[in-house]
Amino acid sequence: MVTVRHENLPATDAKMRTTDVNVYYGDKQAIDSVSIDIPSQYVTAFIGPSGCGKSTFLRSLNRMNDTIPSARVEGTIELEGDDIYRSGMDVVQLRARVGMVFQKPNPFPKSIYDNIAYGPKIHGLAEGKDALDAIVEKSLTRAGLWNEVKDRLDESGTALSGGQQQRLCIARAIAVDPEVILMDEPCSALDPIATAKIEELIDELTGRYAIVIVTHSMQQAARVSQRTAFFHLGKMVEYGATEDIFTNPIEERTKDYITGRYG
Amino acid sequence: MSPALLLFVALGLGLVGWLAGRAKASAFQRADTSKRPVARPNYHGWYVALWVGVPLLAFAVLWMALMPMLVMQSVLASDAAASLPEFGFMRDTLLSEARSVATGAAPAVFDAAARPLIEPFRDAIQRYTVIGMVLAMSIAVICALWSYSRLNPTFTARTRVERAVMAALVIASLVAILTTFGILVSLIFETIRFFGFVSPIDFLFGTSWNPDPMSSPDADQGDRYGAIPLFWGTIYIGAIIAMIVAIPLGLMSAIYLTQYADPRVRAWLKPALEVLAGVPTVVYGYFAALTVAPFIRDVARSVGIENASSESALAAGLVMGVMIIPFVSSMADDSIAAVPGSMRDGSLAMGATQSETIKRVLIPAALPGIVAGIMLAISRAIGETMIVVMAASTAANLSGNPLESMTTVTVQIVAMLTGEGSFDHPATLSAFALGFVLFLVTLVLNFIALRVVKRFREAYE
Repeated sequence: MVTVRHENLPATDAKMRTTDVNVYYGDKQAIDSVSIDIPSQYVTAFIGPSGCGKSTFLRSLNRMNDTIPSARVEGTIELEGDDIYRSGMDVVQLRARVGMVFQKPNPFPKSIYDNIAYGPKIHGLAEGKDALDAIVEKSLTRAGLWNEVKDRLDESGTALSGGQQQRLCIARAIAVDPEVILMDEPCSALDPIATAKIEELIDELTGRYAIVIVTHSMQQAARVSQRTAFFHLGKMVEYGATEDIFTNPIEERTKDYITGRYG
Repeated sequence: MSPALLLFVALGLGLVGWLAGRAKASAFQRADTSKRPVARPNYHGWYVALWVGVPLLAFAVLWMALMPMLVMQSVLASDAAASLPEFGFMRDTLLSEARSVATGAAPAVFDAAARPLIEPFRDAIQRYTVIGMVLAMSIAVICALWSYSRLNPTFTARTRVERAVMAALVIASLVAILTTFGILVSLIFETIRFFGFVSPIDFLFGTSWNPDPMSSPDADQGDRYGAIPLFWGTIYIGAIIAMIVAIPLGLMSAIYLTQYADPRVRAWLKPALEVLAGVPTVVYGYFAALTVAPFIRDVARSVGIENASSESALAAGLVMGVMIIPFVSSMADDSIAAVPGSMRDGSLAMGATQSETIKRVLIPAALPGIVAGIMLAISRAIGETMIVVMAASTAANLSGNPLESMTTVTVQIVAMLTGEGSFDHPATLSAFALGFVLFLVTLVLNFIALRVVKRFREAYE
């Protein structure tokens, strides 16, 4: 079965390109020949029912699946034309360029400042304290958190509210100046108000980074993304501009899913 | 009635009570199936059984404590007792002799004067045993009938049984605390006696340890009991040399096992490491004394240290360090493994290497557990005796040279208590003072460790 692709997509430059990607956990195939371009200017949403493989696919984009011993990836995934699974690829560099925000906020049990400074420190991005301070302030400002935490940067990141923690994690990802940010259901553990703030933030980051977001909420995909891919049973069923997918789905399963008939 | 028989009777009656209570509850459940009973029949059974067994055993304990007193009273009231000497040693001896014969513990009296007392004893014991048995049985029966009569479909038997179980749990946890308290009290009394001979200042700050259990206890002994060399030996062997071995090795093995090892390797390596904790310390002692110590001596001599002794603090400390590796590593292992995987993922997703993730995220987050493991290891090392006895000798020595022989607090406690000295000699009593200091030091260590852990822990939840 081949992915249904909407025709009227305007041409964009692809930041990442995957070709016939299969992912296996042991003998079980979780992703079946997915080919997709991740545009650099837009937010791409992966939607689909639980267990459809969208998170697995997302995690293969910065090789986080490497941490699962039984996981195996076939096909090619390129970041600006460079195959990230080629031998000799520096995973550390890759992950600095392709950042990730997780489902459950996972700030380090360190101060807010140290949470942000962690990445720049390990990658040697800042010369001296002043430069580091500047990065911390810039990242927190971009994540819309600066005004809330500027007076308590030495408090533990875990003391923040759930929504603040998630914005802290986004700020942490921004701090190493990535090109792509992968978000794995970033709002699923948050209340509606915190969710609205994160969505606002994603809007503001659009254009600056290539963003890929996995979400269970179709409203969220419709609100924040410009491209949407619908996954089902490990396959990418349909891909197109978000408006087209939601107003004019071609595949029957996509239609069923976005109208809430199953999922 | 012997305690074993009594226990047997209590259990038997309890079983009867259990069956009866259960049967009654089952009966009223069958009689009215429309209503859901408040408690299941088993609980009714347990309720009755507890009401039979517990008062019976409580009474038995009370009676066993009370009976000798009652027996004695009735014997003294008998005619035969009139001829007893008024007070003192003779009187007590005659009475206890007669009692021994009466209970069958001794075949015959040694002193003929005790003979007339045997009969009164025998009578009194028999009488009070019968009285006790009758009382016990009537208590059991009354409690059984009373509790049985209370059973009805709305009776909350379950909550009552659970309350009894909870009380048992509270008692169980109090036993450990009370034991610790009892140890402390007994140590304090002996320690105070010791300080009657030797001033605490001399003991705590003196630098010469040279007790003589054969000396006259009345002679001034102030300068013989300076415990500083012992404290130093304890700290040097247990907290310095052993920790230099155990902390890095334990931590590194924990890191390897949790972060790098293949699951199959981990599956046999971790238990193998923990077996190390089960090896009797005497065996380590042999190893230290027969293998490590001579080896260290030979190495020292080969590099030109001529006076290297075959009993050295270094040998004892090294082997002790190996012995406590499992304490450090398994606590560190558990606490590193308990750090949520999301922390690790978060760090790796930032482009941190595995070693950066371990150093900067996992270890800080696991620190409380790691520190706890180290504290446990230190108190274990400080309390360790066998290895030091065998490898580091019993000679007190205040020195920084690890190749010299040294001794520790625990070794001296053993030496003092197993010696020839009498129990009111300061040499023997010094063991209690040393034990008391050891107890206080480990208490303070644990206290500090708890504070440190609280202050510096990076809570991840």
